[in-house]
Amino acid sequence: MSREFLSGNEAFAFGVRLARPQVISAYPITPQTIVVERLAEMVEDGSLTAEFVHVESEHSALSCAMGASAVGARTFTATSSQGLLYMAECLNYVSGGRHPVVMMNANRSIALPWNIYGDQRDSLALLESGWIQAYAQDAQEALDMALLAYRVAEDPRVSTPFMANLDGFHLTHTYEVVEVPEQAEADAFLPRFETENKMSESVPKNLAFTAGPDHNTAFLYKQHEAMRRAADVIAESEGEFAEIFGRGYTGLVETLHTEDADTILVTLGSAAALAGEVCGKLRAAGEKTGLLRIRYMRPFPAAEIVRAVAGAKVVAVLEKDISFGFEGVVFTNINSALKQAGADVRTVNYVGGFGGRFISESDIARIYREAYREAGAAAKDGQRVRFIGATA
Amino acid sequence: MIIKPTLRDRPGAWALSDYPEGTYWEAGYLTQKNAGWRSERPVIDKEKCTGCLQCYLYCPDGTIDSDLNIDCDFCKGCGICAKICRVSAIRMEGETR
Repeated sequence: MSREFLSGNEAFAFGVRLARPQVISAYPITPQTIVVERLAEMVEDGSLTAEFVHVESEHSALSCAMGASAVGARTFTATSSQGLLYMAECLNYVSGGRHPVVMMNANRSIALPWNIYGDQRDSLALLESGWIQAYAQDAQEALDMALLAYRVAEDPRVSTPFMANLDGFHLTHTYEVVEVPEQAEADAFLPRFETENKMSESVPKNLAFTAGPDHNTAFLYKQHEAMRRAADVIAESEGEFAEIFGRGYTGLVETLHTEDADTILVTLGSAAALAGEVCGKLRAAGEKTGLLRIRYMRPFPAAEIVRAVAGAKVVAVLEKDISFGFEGVVFTNINSALKQAGADVRTVNYVGGFGGRFISESDIARIYREAYREAGAAAKDGQRVRFIGATA
Repeated sequence: MIIKPTLRDRPGAWALSDYPEGTYWEAGYLTQKNAGWRSERPVIDKEKCTGCLQCYLYCPDGTIDSDLNIDCDFCKGCGICAKICRVSAIRMEGETR
């Protein structure tokens, strides 16, 4: 193990190198560029043996990764924002074909208005693309997520691609001290990629085929079940990860003081770090605050969220996306989970951080207090969602 | 020589466990004839034919063999064979059934 001073992008690149991908195909886009540059340098200096394919677009980047996966190669790609949208067609090809490609997405705003800074509208717009979606909070988690991503995606019970999301700039470009495991440790954790789902001269197969009305449903059902199984495989893999690397993770969600909290903030990504600080300060001042960080949006942690927040007086959901005219999609998912479990807890929705707008300590403290004041009240008409930074 | 997959019966009922985890299956597992959208079929005039085999080479579905037999279970009626024939020995006849 060594200690390095790395940005989120660099930490993810270090994690990818430890996973020994055989094919990397990616197209640079701010704020993902550094992860691609570092991997290109690693291939150049011989510290990573992989085919680095220069492609002409994101659509080609993911198509290339899928093709390589379909001959049994471990593959990596990375993108952001417009690039992710441009490869949207391929996302479903990869997930429906059940090819365990790993992709890093640097969460960034979507045009228009054009903007290079961070929010989560890109990945959350593609929540239904059939990919596992994880959101890292810091650079250490980013590095570790790269290794866990391959382990989970390639598990034969899962065989589903993995999108690791890092908040653009807030995480991709922020430097931290990161523990970098030894290659031998990584090799002990991550076995070689083996699959039946590949071209083979000895056992010729049809791949990526048509399935008409008679057979189509069966493939989708199996894809759905595999995503559900991913939850168990994530827990199992994190257990083994902790044994080998001495660092543990908490599955689909991470909680802070939720056990006895009246007001619980739910959020995802790097905003959770600041929210945790605010939560602690309000606690110290005698307010019963709690925090739930969603680590995985797919598979969705419905049971975990219900268990953690059902006893609270109010749940505030803070997210960096908006389904125009309705509400944030994370909020929709959480309300569905609570309703299906019969949990009767007031929920309020805050969206913000758009185009990189800073979410401050005082923003988060205000959310906690405003939500607490409204715990007993019914939702006001026309106030389904509140925009941070758009006060009249 | 064309190695053609043979048509095999599809099991009557498929259980979920019969399906693969992903879109992959034994190559060449043909379960259905596929020519239903043909509105015209090629007919070769053996008198005019010089045996150049351009139609055999150009057929996108491999339905014409090197003895110039046409497999109408898989011919889509695209007419490429008739277009490519330099002696106009292939004409497209309407399917009138």
